[in-house]
Amino acid sequence: MHVFLIRRLLAAVPVIIVVTVFVFALLHLAPGDPAAIIAGDLATAEDVAKIRARLGLDQPLLIQFFTWVGQLLRGDLGNSIFSAHPVSELIGQRLEPTLALTAMTLFISVVLAVPLGVIAAWRVGSWVDRAVMGFAVFGFSVPGFVIGYVLIWLFAIELDWLPVQGYTPLAKGFWPWLSNIVLPSVTLALAYMALIARITRAAMLETLNQDYIRTAHAKGLATRDVLMGHALRNAAVPIVTVIGIGVALLIGGVVVTESVFAIPGLGRLTVDAILRRDYPVIQGIILVFSGAYVVVNLVVDMLYTVLDPRIRY
Amino acid sequence: MSAAGPPQGAHRAPSGGSAAAELANEAASVGAVTIPVLAVSDLRTHFHTRDGVVKAVDGVSLSLDRGETLGVVGESGCGKSVTALSVMRLVPPTAGRIVAGSIRFEGTELLTLDPDAMRAIRGNRIGMIFQEPMTSLNPVMTAGRQIAETVALHQHLPRSAAFDRAIEMLTLVKIPDARRRAGEYPHQLSGGMRQRVMIAIAMACTPTILIADEPTTALDVTIQAQILDLMLEMKERTGAAVMLITHDLGVIAETAQRVVVMYAGRKVEEAPVKALFARPRHPYTRGLMASIPRLNRAADDSVGSHRLTEIPGVVPSLIGMAEGCTFAPRCGYASERCRIAYPPEIEAAPGHFVACWNHDTLPELV
Amino acid sequence: MATAIAAAKTSVPPRARGRVGAFLRRHPTVAIGGALLIAIVLASIAAPWLATVDPISIDPSHRLRNPSADNWFGTDRFGRDLYSRVVYGGRVSLVVGLSVAGLATLIGLTIGLISGYLRAVDRVVMRVMDGMMAIPAIMLAIALIALSKASILIVIVAVTLPEVPRVVRLVRSVVLTIREQPYIEAATAIGTSVPRIIVRHLLPNALPPLIVQATYICASAVLIEAALSFLGAGTPPEIPSWGNIMAEARPYFQLKPWMVLLPGAFLAVTVLAINLVGDGLRDMLDPQLARRM
Repeated sequence: MHVFLIRRLLAAVPVIIVVTVFVFALLHLAPGDPAAIIAGDLATAEDVAKIRARLGLDQPLLIQFFTWVGQLLRGDLGNSIFSAHPVSELIGQRLEPTLALTAMTLFISVVLAVPLGVIAAWRVGSWVDRAVMGFAVFGFSVPGFVIGYVLIWLFAIELDWLPVQGYTPLAKGFWPWLSNIVLPSVTLALAYMALIARITRAAMLETLNQDYIRTAHAKGLATRDVLMGHALRNAAVPIVTVIGIGVALLIGGVVVTESVFAIPGLGRLTVDAILRRDYPVIQGIILVFSGAYVVVNLVVDMLYTVLDPRIRY
Repeated sequence: MSAAGPPQGAHRAPSGGSAAAELANEAASVGAVTIPVLAVSDLRTHFHTRDGVVKAVDGVSLSLDRGETLGVVGESGCGKSVTALSVMRLVPPTAGRIVAGSIRFEGTELLTLDPDAMRAIRGNRIGMIFQEPMTSLNPVMTAGRQIAETVALHQHLPRSAAFDRAIEMLTLVKIPDARRRAGEYPHQLSGGMRQRVMIAIAMACTPTILIADEPTTALDVTIQAQILDLMLEMKERTGAAVMLITHDLGVIAETAQRVVVMYAGRKVEEAPVKALFARPRHPYTRGLMASIPRLNRAADDSVGSHRLTEIPGVVPSLIGMAEGCTFAPRCGYASERCRIAYPPEIEAAPGHFVACWNHDTLPELV
Repeated sequence: MATAIAAAKTSVPPRARGRVGAFLRRHPTVAIGGALLIAIVLASIAAPWLATVDPISIDPSHRLRNPSADNWFGTDRFGRDLYSRVVYGGRVSLVVGLSVAGLATLIGLTIGLISGYLRAVDRVVMRVMDGMMAIPAIMLAIALIALSKASILIVIVAVTLPEVPRVVRLVRSVVLTIREQPYIEAATAIGTSVPRIIVRHLLPNALPPLIVQATYICASAVLIEAALSFLGAGTPPEIPSWGNIMAEARPYFQLKPWMVLLPGAFLAVTVLAINLVGDGLRDMLDPQLARRM
């Protein structure tokens, strides 16, 4: 087991290296002089030169890269250009809302979408199946921010059941927190659910066609046991894979959703940083999100060994 | 719904020496009429496809007595597997339906049984094993658990007791080191072992009937013999009746007591095994027999080597079949009457049934 | 049982004609999607004739009007006719969508073919692709855009980049599968040049899933462009894009929700139509894919 863990970690390393190179390259290889962009349109040549020296942009690229990586490994993500605070501090402040949103979305998505997919596969071709698939296409097509606004208009404005926007920390109580997080989570969850429901249905259909399902029926097992105990267990691997890959989608959606619902999380931080051209912050956030994605997929890989005894690393 | 099938009693000659078989024998000699454990009457199972209705089973009647081995033989697509699945009511509802007929198991009509009652019979009173041991076992469950599942379900045993029974069954099916093997997964077992596990699953609740759908087709020849012997042994130990489905006449000759020959969804001949091989009365059966390559022919024949005999033509489409005998297009002895009407089933000799207009005019086989 | 049905099917002659028609009748959703898409494309092309007013002409005296006979969707905060802006907005979305789909497919195809064929290149390329997939698409796009002047071209490039890895993976897996086939060995043995093998054997096999994937990329690109514009990091504000229009309408949402919801509806319908067409293409070109995708 340990060997396997180390091997998967090692496999993740090249990916992390690529990400860091990309993030670094973003700033330095994009068109335009970074220092000039940071300085703005009204800066003089002096100002630009000063900024260049301050950010170490006058050093050779390779040295800049390794200096930066060195800083990263020490946990130093640099300082925000805009506010001069350490990026890690800024990220730390905005972490809870984003984590809460992501966790809630994941929970809602999996708990709702997997059963929907199972039922759609079990009753393939029926109106239930068509409804689930129709819902899936919708969820995948209608943009998150549109859904968000529709939900706000319906539940917050017309019906006045829930607050329009904002975030209430968990510390202030469970129900206030929940009432604030519900709409954004549902908005974000819709696209994710569409993805999961589709793959669950497809994987279940594939599984239900297998001979061992016929054997299970021949043993006299009830339908529920056949679906859950036999079919789903086997369909789990592709489903879990897609959940892992879908996290990237989720992260993208977080940015937009936090904007619509005015949630002070990492997504909002990103948008603000972009508009202000605050590169250290942008870099830091991308690194954090990519790191999270890598970790999630590592967990998924480990889950494989539990789910399918044939997979042994 | 007529009850087709041979009259019970007098001519049953069970082989082997199981207690149940002896009981049946005794009852027979007393002259009592024993009810067959399985009586299939005019079964029709149709599949509705985009291109039309496929009549996979179109009026099949057969019966199975307690402790007897019935062989069901025919080419691929003749409907023998569908017949077996119909008995278990395992035909997937999205694909096909049993549209007519009656299936009586120990006197109870299965086709009108409610789902819960049917589930109580499946795996419990009627067990079934399938052709592909590779894919018929759940890859993510251990062998022991798959056996224990049946036992726990039907005999309401707690987990530990069910697992013990599973190990017991594994020993019975001659898997060495049963306790260790019970914790292994199907991919860790060989093909022969997997089929043994399937037999263990099917027999774990000592069913009255074991339906075996091509159990040895996917196995090596040497393993085939082992599995057949195992099935025979299990049958004698428990007194179960066996419905053995295969396309291999050799297997039939070795294991069956009575044989049903099927073609294009219907039964064309039925006879005790020795009688079938000694004197096949349906042109199709004769064709099947003749197609078996005989390695010792050259020694008997004055001519050196000779070509393999075949039945000309191909199996017809099961959609929109013409009137008349389904075998007529390929039959060397077909007459006008054959093309107009489907022949009824007649008892040509005691216990020997055939559906052919010309069965008594066929030339003697060499 | 399966053999019986298979035997039955082989003796029924296949219908070559009217396949598309029959297909559309069996999948009405695809027909609807296709029709919608065609309507939207036509409407966008005909924008100058469909729009009632010049979409960028400002009329401060008529700010924030409700929908009326003069302004079917009302006016925005600068007095611009919303309907006309929405009609023109379709152009941006479709141009971006199609360009990204085409560009990503071309780049991905090239890289995928090379990578699938040359083992040495493959290892490096796959690591790079994995890395790119680890970075959320929107963030990558935003970061790229932030580094340069805003323009539609930059948006196209920025949205294309995150979509390339998907295409590369698809093409590469097709290439790897086909490569092992005996007929490729045979072709090589008789001296067929590599480019010929690629064109005559690999390409035709890669094309169907590629077309389907391209459609989905188009839908994804339209969504990402709209999201970017909505966040203020996409199409420059002078050019009306659905995302832009929605962003500008945000402050007025509580009072005049239609300003946000109408362009949103157009956006949703467009993406839906593209996705439906993609599903239809997938079912038509390779039903096997339907199980995997």
